[in-house]
Amino acid sequence: MIRRVNIWQEIDWITVLLYGLLVIFGLVNIYAAVYDDRHQSIMDLSMRYGKQAIWILAALILAMIVIMVDTKFFTFFAYFIYVLTLLLLLLVAFFGKEVNGARSWFSLGGLQVQPTEFAKIGTCLALAKYMNVHSIKLKTFWTMLRSVLPMAVIIGLPMGLIGLQPDMGSALVYVALVFVLYREGLPGIYLFCGFLFGAVFVFSLLWSETPQYMIMMIFYFFVLSLAFLNRKIVEVLAALIVYYVFLIAINLWNKYTSFDASPYFKHLFCLGASVTTVACMSFFKKILHIWWVIGLLIVYVGFGYGVTYFFDHGLEKHQRDRIEIFLGKKYDPKKVGYNIEQSKIAIGSGGFAGKGFLQGTQTKYNFVPEQSTDFIFCTVGEEWGFLGSSVILALFLAFLLRLLALCERQRSTFSRIYGYGVVSVFFIHVAINAGMTMGLFPVVGIPLPFFSYGGSSLWAFTILLFIFLRFDASRMELLR
Amino acid sequence: MNPFASRRYIVAGIFIFVIMIYLFRLFYIQVIDNKYKLSAENNAYRRITQYPARGLILDRNGKIMVGNQAAFDLLYNPMDVKPYDTTELCSILGITKDQLKYKYRRVKLSKGYSAYKDQVLFSQLSEKTYAALQEKLYKYQGFYVQERTLRRYQYPIAAHLFGYVGEVDSSHIKKDPYYQIGDYIGISGIEKAYEKQLRGQKGVHIYLVDVHNRIMGPLNNGAYDTTAVLGKDMISTIDVDLQNLAEKLMKNFRGSVVAIEPSSGEILTLVSTPGYDPNLLVGQARKKNFPILQLDPSLPLYNRALAASYPPGSTFKLINALIGLQENVIFPGTTFGCNQGWAMGPIHVNCHVHPSPLDLKGSIQNSCNAYYCNAFRKIIDNTKYQSTEDAYKAWRNYVTSFGIGSYLNSDIIDEGRGNVPSVNYYNKYFGKNHWRSLTIISLAIGQGELGLTPLHLANQAACIANKGYYYIPHVIKKIQGLDTINKRFTERKYTSIDSQYYNIVTEGMALAVSAGTATYGNIKDIAICGKTGTAQNPHGKEHSIFICFAPKDHPKIAISVFVENGGFGATWAVPIASMLIEQYLTGKMTRQAMEERILNADIYK
Repeated sequence: MIRRVNIWQEIDWITVLLYGLLVIFGLVNIYAAVYDDRHQSIMDLSMRYGKQAIWILAALILAMIVIMVDTKFFTFFAYFIYVLTLLLLLLVAFFGKEVNGARSWFSLGGLQVQPTEFAKIGTCLALAKYMNVHSIKLKTFWTMLRSVLPMAVIIGLPMGLIGLQPDMGSALVYVALVFVLYREGLPGIYLFCGFLFGAVFVFSLLWSETPQYMIMMIFYFFVLSLAFLNRKIVEVLAALIVYYVFLIAINLWNKYTSFDASPYFKHLFCLGASVTTVACMSFFKKILHIWWVIGLLIVYVGFGYGVTYFFDHGLEKHQRDRIEIFLGKKYDPKKVGYNIEQSKIAIGSGGFAGKGFLQGTQTKYNFVPEQSTDFIFCTVGEEWGFLGSSVILALFLAFLLRLLALCERQRSTFSRIYGYGVVSVFFIHVAINAGMTMGLFPVVGIPLPFFSYGGSSLWAFTILLFIFLRFDASRMELLR
Repeated sequence: MNPFASRRYIVAGIFIFVIMIYLFRLFYIQVIDNKYKLSAENNAYRRITQYPARGLILDRNGKIMVGNQAAFDLLYNPMDVKPYDTTELCSILGITKDQLKYKYRRVKLSKGYSAYKDQVLFSQLSEKTYAALQEKLYKYQGFYVQERTLRRYQYPIAAHLFGYVGEVDSSHIKKDPYYQIGDYIGISGIEKAYEKQLRGQKGVHIYLVDVHNRIMGPLNNGAYDTTAVLGKDMISTIDVDLQNLAEKLMKNFRGSVVAIEPSSGEILTLVSTPGYDPNLLVGQARKKNFPILQLDPSLPLYNRALAASYPPGSTFKLINALIGLQENVIFPGTTFGCNQGWAMGPIHVNCHVHPSPLDLKGSIQNSCNAYYCNAFRKIIDNTKYQSTEDAYKAWRNYVTSFGIGSYLNSDIIDEGRGNVPSVNYYNKYFGKNHWRSLTIISLAIGQGELGLTPLHLANQAACIANKGYYYIPHVIKKIQGLDTINKRFTERKYTSIDSQYYNIVTEGMALAVSAGTATYGNIKDIAICGKTGTAQNPHGKEHSIFICFAPKDHPKIAISVFVENGGFGATWAVPIASMLIEQYLTGKMTRQAMEERILNADIYK
């Protein structure tokens, strides 16, 4: 039985308000990022902020259209939209316009469209439609694997096609949909291990010249695995204490004697000591899954070195270059790490209260690359300081948590799963984009939702969000 | 209820966790770590230094002696340079392609090279090269020309006095943080002594630049900019015509001329030969010429007039006469005989043929050695004093009151202090109580360990001209914007000889010129008072020395002339001084034959 409600009253205006704030702040910062004295009107259409203002108006119209469409349209056409997106991705990978080494743009007259951005919508819809009917079966490992496989395919297809362009950053976004599977029953250990292996993969390549970081990271993963599987604080503390006591001791020894060890050796030694200690402890008291933990450790190390070895010896030069571009190592021809350094300088120079609106020197004068698109967060950091960036991050967090709350109040599985897809996509965009500008993540070019300049991404995010708000608004129509 | 509903908290927890980490990270790089703020300044600020022109140096009559000329540095910005016609650029600069390549390599290897900052490719291009380059500069993207000023010397004279200007080295930068690499600094002479006033104050304009180092505008509309302050002009005490003449007359000799205005201590002329054209050490030419001058065995860079210590010879008899009078051991009427010399025990001092016996005036007129050996013994063996040591101390105090034996503390650096041996020196050399007046008798006639600089000697002449006092000699009489020069130059320094005793010595000096050893220098209508000196030295023939002042009443000029290894004082030093006095006091020279003889002299064969 269906109950009709007034859509405009049921729309979650809190989310819309947060959306509005983020879009407006985004526009203001794009204005600041490309500001110059000759073009001061915010509606100057020759400048990016002028164009962004147009994109925003168009996005509002799109949002209204989405609200007015019946939810059945999306549930019914979910697969159709998904397949259409895949076709577009396939086309763009071969016939698209190449920008910065990736074929990700369609040029339609004067308008340029990036199908990658819209593919998220189709994928979320298709995933929701499939998972609405097929749940994850947890009986045995194999039944689970069989039930998850189609979902993985739904996620993997667009990911692979985007990887073909190659736009590794955008492909990486789909990894976030693991949150959806987790929420729908995928055991947490897979989420955990998947995350760790992803991290080992990325960082072992990123830190191939400074292997001590890799050892340190593997140590933390060891500690995390221990905590996760054993769920006792004592062993975790023991592992941490042994590691750091040894590290301090070696450093002191280094300082006061002629003994001179490489940092790599030091960390390796401490890791060995820490693992041995935990292993010995298992003889005296029962440590749950200790052999799993140590097995995982060995797999991390092996995987890390395997990746590095494969990278150095198993790949052709052009393939290596692709991966290095993905890792941000060769993002810029001037020198490795130039961008990330400039980005950190821009944010860091903002100080506590920032330099003030339009007073940023680093972003305005192009020291930061792509300052109106992927590195827009630098402008926030430089001109608004710690205060401003905290407010923006807090807004994003509020936005994400609000969406999460909306997801959980859905009555239909379809809209909940779709909502989780939406929230995961937003989260990973914010996390990767902001992390990248602060030097916490490799430079992969993906936009900051609602902030970054660009029509395609703004529209895609708007549609993505408002489809969910549309579902939310009519959640009461479905009576259980 | 969905069995996995509680997982929403895990997901929310992950979101919150990640955002918290980011907030900590932001707090660290924005608030705690200062590194990024400094980097941002280095990135975005470009300081462009405004170099002021150095102050001019004028002569006492207002003629510009040291001026400035524009020089042009060719800079390029490695990031902005587009391919260009190298052949044309080379031909404009007058170099080969290989030299250009070499220049680029040098710049690239230099310390502090950055592809984002302007680099000096060529410095100090001449105006002519600049004019040719300026027309074509639009073709060379990324090249700029920056104007600097170099010295220009209007006359090829007084190089030692002016000193020279060069680029600062690391020790200058360490001593005074005002200086930065590429700045110029006065290295010797007036340029060094008055560096602070001459250099002015650099200004700096701070611009904001973008990533390509393009200037986007002044920082805060120039609120932090400082304008350059021009160097202060100086009026020196030098008389350019007299200096010119002195250098001309001295060109065939090694030696020096120092002329002082007794009534003010102003140095009218200061010549040290062999000298060099100061223009040789300007700009690019200095790199080539400096080593040549430095290796020249005749030491053209050495300022003899200020630093060289010579035995004063007979000119020192004037001081001994004054001391004798002051000590009341001789009187104007005191006479001593002379039989072509003076002998006492094993000591024998020669003298030339002259009437005998002579009184004080006559002894100065004829420069009698015997007279001063006797007078000196009377001074040192004076029973008033307990010992030779005490008497010598008293004598030495008289001598040093003329400024001899120490730095006169003039305003030119590089001054020498000369030497008046101390009691300790003799005690060490001969042993305590093992020396007497006879042991050090050579001091009587200005020989022995005694050493005076030409400046000391000129100052001594000024003391006698002033009858008992002097002003510290100096070369700058006015600094633009300042009412007075340093107070020490306007204070009289009194000698410890009473003014009354100078008259008789002055009479003797007048006789020496009118009818004595220096008659060669006598001029009609000008009463010159002078004393010749012929100083024995270990470097060969005697130095020819003459000190004098004129006119006798109200003296206007006091001069010391040294001609190294020139023989008798009368041979070279006297005519040179005489001609300078004539030029200075009358503005013309009447004695062609004398001038020609000096201009054609060739004594160092």
